[in-house]
Amino acid sequence: MSADEPDTGLLAECLRRMYRIRIFDTTLSQRDDLPSVGHMSVGMEASIVGACLALEPGDYMVGTHRSHGHPIGKGAEIGPLAAELLGKKTGINQGKGGSMHLSDFSVGSLGETSIVGSGLPVATGAALGITMKGESRVCLCFFGDGAANEGTFHESLNLASIWHLPVVYVCENNQYGELTAHADACAVRRIADRAAGYSMPGETVDGMDVTAVYAAVRVAVDRARAGSGPSLVETDTYRFFGHAGGPDRGELYRTRAEVDRWRERDPIGLLRARLLGSGMSEPDLDAIEAAERVRVDQAWKFALASPLPDPQDAYLHVFADPIPLS
Amino acid sequence: MTRRSYLDCINAAMREEMERDPSVFLMGEDVSFNFMGSTKGLAEQFGPGRVRNTPISEAGFLGAAAGAAMVGMRPIVDMMIAPFLYPAFDQLVSIIAKSSYLYGGQTHIPVVIRAAMFYNIGTAAQHSDRPIATVMTIPGLKVVVPASPSDAKGLIKTAIRDDDPVIVFEDRSFWAESEDVPDEEYLIPFGQAAVRQAGTDVTIVGIAGGVTAALRAGERLRARGISAEVIDPRTLVPLDLDAILRSVAKTGRLVVVDICHDTCSVASHIAALVAERGFDSLRGPIVRVTTPQIPIPFSPAMERPLFPSADRVEEAAVKLVSR
Repeated sequence: MSADEPDTGLLAECLRRMYRIRIFDTTLSQRDDLPSVGHMSVGMEASIVGACLALEPGDYMVGTHRSHGHPIGKGAEIGPLAAELLGKKTGINQGKGGSMHLSDFSVGSLGETSIVGSGLPVATGAALGITMKGESRVCLCFFGDGAANEGTFHESLNLASIWHLPVVYVCENNQYGELTAHADACAVRRIADRAAGYSMPGETVDGMDVTAVYAAVRVAVDRARAGSGPSLVETDTYRFFGHAGGPDRGELYRTRAEVDRWRERDPIGLLRARLLGSGMSEPDLDAIEAAERVRVDQAWKFALASPLPDPQDAYLHVFADPIPLS
Repeated sequence: MTRRSYLDCINAAMREEMERDPSVFLMGEDVSFNFMGSTKGLAEQFGPGRVRNTPISEAGFLGAAAGAAMVGMRPIVDMMIAPFLYPAFDQLVSIIAKSSYLYGGQTHIPVVIRAAMFYNIGTAAQHSDRPIATVMTIPGLKVVVPASPSDAKGLIKTAIRDDDPVIVFEDRSFWAESEDVPDEEYLIPFGQAAVRQAGTDVTIVGIAGGVTAALRAGERLRARGISAEVIDPRTLVPLDLDAILRSVAKTGRLVVVDICHDTCSVASHIAALVAERGFDSLRGPIVRVTTPQIPIPFSPAMERPLFPSADRVEEAAVKLVSR
C-alpha cells in the first residue's frame, strides 16, 4: 500500500470512523441534557480521520477545544467519551474535563486542550520525549487556522525545526477562527506557506477528501519517523455546524450559500462515491453507517446509565502525589 | 560534611538526580554555558541531549517540558529569571498545573521549574519580580522556597523525584551563602517547616529572602531581651501550617516577612490562615512586613529601602511585644 493510494480496507475504516464522528456529534447536538454546549466536528471528518489513520496506534496526538472528533479518529472507545460529555464518573476524564477536553491516553491521545494554540508546545515536547527515549513514535498536533496566529505556533515550529523533532503539525483550516474569517486574521493566504519560515515542508490539501489528507499526513509522518524532522500540513475544510452548538442557521459571519457550497462536498459523500467506484455496494456502505449508528446509540445508553461523580471526587487528581489542601 | 554554596547545592542536586535517573534532563536558556552559575559542569558531564539550550521561547519550551513529561521524561526547566515565566504563563497555568486534573488522572506532569529571583540589585521593575504569591494561587502547582544552601539541595532533589509540577524559587540573595552540607544523600520532604531559631515571645515567619531579615532581626531582638522564634516554611504548597500554629500557640504573636508585593502576598495568606485557626492564641494583630505595592525602581536610593529589612522586622516585633 503506497502513501498515495490507501486500499479499500483502510478506506472502509476511514468511513467507519467518519460516520462515528458524524453521528456522535449530530446526536450530541440534538440532546438537551448536556451540562454545556459542545464544539462539533461535523463536516471536518476527513481532515480528522485521514490524519489519524496515517498514524500508527502507538503514536501520540494533541488537539483542541473541538475535541470530540480527534480521539474518535484515533480509535478511542466512544462510551467513555459520551459519559464524559454528560459529566459521569465513567467519563474518560471521570467528569473532570468535559466537552472541550476529551482524551484517551490508552490510544495515544494526550488530551485535547481548549486554550487556542496551547497544544502546540505540548506536542512539540512529546516529540522531544520520543527522541530522548530513542523511540520511533511520532506526535501529531491538531490545531486550527486561528491558532496559526498564536505565538505558541511560531515558537513550537521553530523549536521542532532546530531540534529535528518527530512532530507533524496539522492545521485544520475551517476558514474561521470562531467568527472571524481566516482572510481577515492571517497575513498569509496559505498557512502552509509559514512552514518555509521554519525550514520544514508545508503542504495544503483538500480537507474534504480523506485520501488527500491521508496521503499528505502519511508523507509527513513517515518523514518524522525516519528522523527527518517536523512538517506542517494544512487541510482546507469546513464545519457545517456553528462554532459551538448545532447546525448553522444562517449566522452573522457567513452565508447560507457558502455553507451550502461546502456541504456539496460533504466528506462522507465524497468517500462513499470513491468506495462505490472501488467495488463496494450501496448496501455495504449503508451497513457501515448502520453499525456506527448502533455503536453511538450504545455509547449514549452507557453514558445515561452511568453514575454521576460524588461531589468529593472534585478533590481527586489535582496531584499524582496528593498533598493536603490548606 | 562539605562547605557548599547555595549555587553549588542547586548544581549538586541536579547532578545527583541526573546521574540517578536517565529520564531527568535540563533545559533552558544558556544552561550549557553556566550563565547563572548553577549549571556548572552539567553539559560537559551529560552532553547536549540532556542539557539543552533553548531559544528565547519561554512558552514554547515550558510547554515542551510538559509534553516531554507526559510521555515519561522528567524535565528540569531553568527559567533563568522568575519573571520570564510571564511569557509562558498560559502553559504554566492551563497545561502544567491542570493536565493531571483535566484528564482525570490519566497523566501527570513531573516537571521542576527553577526560577531565580533578582531584586535589590538595580535590575528595575520588569526583571525584579518575585511571582511567588502569583504562582501559589494556581491549583495544581507545588511551590518551594529554599532559604539555605542545604535546604536547596534537599528540596530540589525531592522536587525532581516528585511526580507533580514543582516550582522552585531560588532567591539570589542566598547565592553568596555557604554552609556545611552532609556528604551523604539526603532529601527534604515537602510540607515540613524548619524552626531556624527557637523562641518564646514572638513568631517570625520568613518567606525566601525574608528569612534573612527575620534571622537578623531575631539576633537584635535577643540582645534586647526579646526571644523570637524564626520559622522558615521551606515549601508554600504544601504549607506546614501546623508548625506555624504550634509556634503562635507558644508566643501569641506573629510577624510574617515576605519579599512579595503586599497585595495578596504569601504573608497575607498565612496571616489569614492563622487568624482563622489560631485566633485564640493571638495576643495582638498579625503583622506583615512586605514589599510595597509599587513597581521596583532602578535607582538604588529608591530601591534599597523597599524590601523587608531586619530594621522593619525588629520594629514590628518590638511593637507587638510592647502592647
